Amino acid sequence: MPRTLRNTKIILLRELTGYFGSPVAYVFIVIFLMLIGFFTFSVSHFYEAGQADLRSHFEWYPWLFLFLIPSVAMRLWADEKRVGTIELIMTLPISLTEVILGKFLAAWIFVGIAQILTFPLVLSTMYLGDPDYGTIFCAYVGSFLMGGAYLSVGSMTSAITRSQVVSFILAVVACLFMVLSGWPPVTEALIGWAPNWLINLVASFSFMTHYQSIQRGVLDFRDIFYYLSFMFFMLYTNGIILMSRKS
Amino acid sequence: MIEVKNLTKFFGPKKAVNDVSFEVKKGEVLGFLGPNGAGKSTTMRMITGFITPTSGTAVIGGVDITQSPIEALQKIGYLPENAPVYPEMTARSFLEFCAEVRGFSGVEKSKRIDETIEKCFLKDVIYQPVNTLSKGFKQRVCFAQSILHDPEYLIMDEPTDGLDPNQKHEVRSMIREMGINKAIILSTHILEEVDAVCTRAMIIANGHVVANDKPDQLRARSGLHGAVRLTLNNAEGEKAKSCFKTLTDVKEVEIIDDKNQLNMRIYPESLGMTLTDKVLKCAAENNFQIESIYTEQGRLDEVFRMITEVGEARSRLDRIVKQ
Repeated sequence: MPRTLRNTKIILLRELTGYFGSPVAYVFIVIFLMLIGFFTFSVSHFYEAGQADLRSHFEWYPWLFLFLIPSVAMRLWADEKRVGTIELIMTLPISLTEVILGKFLAAWIFVGIAQILTFPLVLSTMYLGDPDYGTIFCAYVGSFLMGGAYLSVGSMTSAITRSQVVSFILAVVACLFMVLSGWPPVTEALIGWAPNWLINLVASFSFMTHYQSIQRGVLDFRDIFYYLSFMFFMLYTNGIILMSRKS
Repeated sequence: MIEVKNLTKFFGPKKAVNDVSFEVKKGEVLGFLGPNGAGKSTTMRMITGFITPTSGTAVIGGVDITQSPIEALQKIGYLPENAPVYPEMTARSFLEFCAEVRGFSGVEKSKRIDETIEKCFLKDVIYQPVNTLSKGFKQRVCFAQSILHDPEYLIMDEPTDGLDPNQKHEVRSMIREMGINKAIILSTHILEEVDAVCTRAMIIANGHVVANDKPDQLRARSGLHGAVRLTLNNAEGEKAKSCFKTLTDVKEVEIIDDKNQLNMRIYPESLGMTLTDKVLKCAAENNFQIESIYTEQGRLDEVFRMITEVGEARSRLDRIVKQ
């Protein structure tokens, strides 16, 4: 086990320095912050709402992540295949699990760093009013978990192809599906003709349903478990795809 | 020892590698030859576990690559085709990464990296990102990665690809040196490389092993082997030809060129007959002025072409038999 941890850490650090060694990281962070700022202030009217909470901020995450996270994840495996380094990494004495985990965690930490950089918003809210810190904390945890779920989808689609563009499009479509299945307009369309259990089933698979309850400040074990098991499932599929490429 | 046992690989319906078996002991350098698409890289990828064989396996130092890949890979240094290196990393940080994965840390790690950088002449470029390096340097960075941990077994896919003649020479002498106490497999399509570094050469065509022998012995299969090559200053072609033709054990006399000097090749009746003596005597009797004379060793490229054509024919036959 210490070996696994050590190897995962080595891969993780290499990936993370890789992000910051290329312009990708800075472009991503700047665009993410600009967009989230634009939506929070100009579209959701953060100031005009006059409420000391960050709901107008966090409600944009599912939509922003939909495009930004696949752009981080698309290079995870597709690029290794294109450059040929996949042959190198697969013939080093480390297991596939360690590589998948290391790469995924690096990307996740990177997304986390981008999220943490939204801290001035928290400071403004603190200055302007008396927000519920518990809710804000929960919303950060929830959006971070949701980011991980998006990433795991992107990592999986990236393993399918050597083209980053294909990987990106597949990831966006898959994530859109995961978001929409719990979005009120879609669930409302089902109400009336579909049985209740089906509506609940479809909705319970959605990122949205689980995100909304965490965002409200309820850190339910079931929601956390949903995201973690979703990521596990996607990364497991990722491993199977890579293994099948081997033969 | 690397033991390759009945490796077979199908890509869809196409048989890329067909029942390949061989052994490489420590102290041997095996040269893998073959036309493009013959299955060289596929075989090497199966030995290093990058591709899973359809059937058969490779055992590296007693460890089966398909059963316990990680343990087997610890003993191997591998230089993949086209020498892939993470483009955004510097040469130094790339080697550091590889050393860490190989389990080195602290003083041991930096000592190994420094040694390898020295050996591979990378000193001037270690802080440059790899994507700014030329092909030759990139090749050497990846080469450095494969010898960093001083592995017992080295597998190299076209190790001198993209290097200039001086670098080729350096890499070859390094491989020869390491071949003394390691088992090395390298693939190449440069035949002179086989002469320069390999103790044994294996020719593979259409997935079949068609020859597995010492380079000298391979060369002996050439039709030219044992023929006497003669250059005369003052002789007339037809006359000289009929002169030499009458000698015992001479099978055929071929005139290569008859412009300023007379260039000819004299073939023996069978292998192992030495003609030089008789030819010299005959030339002296006829007052021919000899410019140069030597016995042909045979040419690898000729043998290569001959053998790989046999391989083609064999796989065509295979297909017919199957139908």
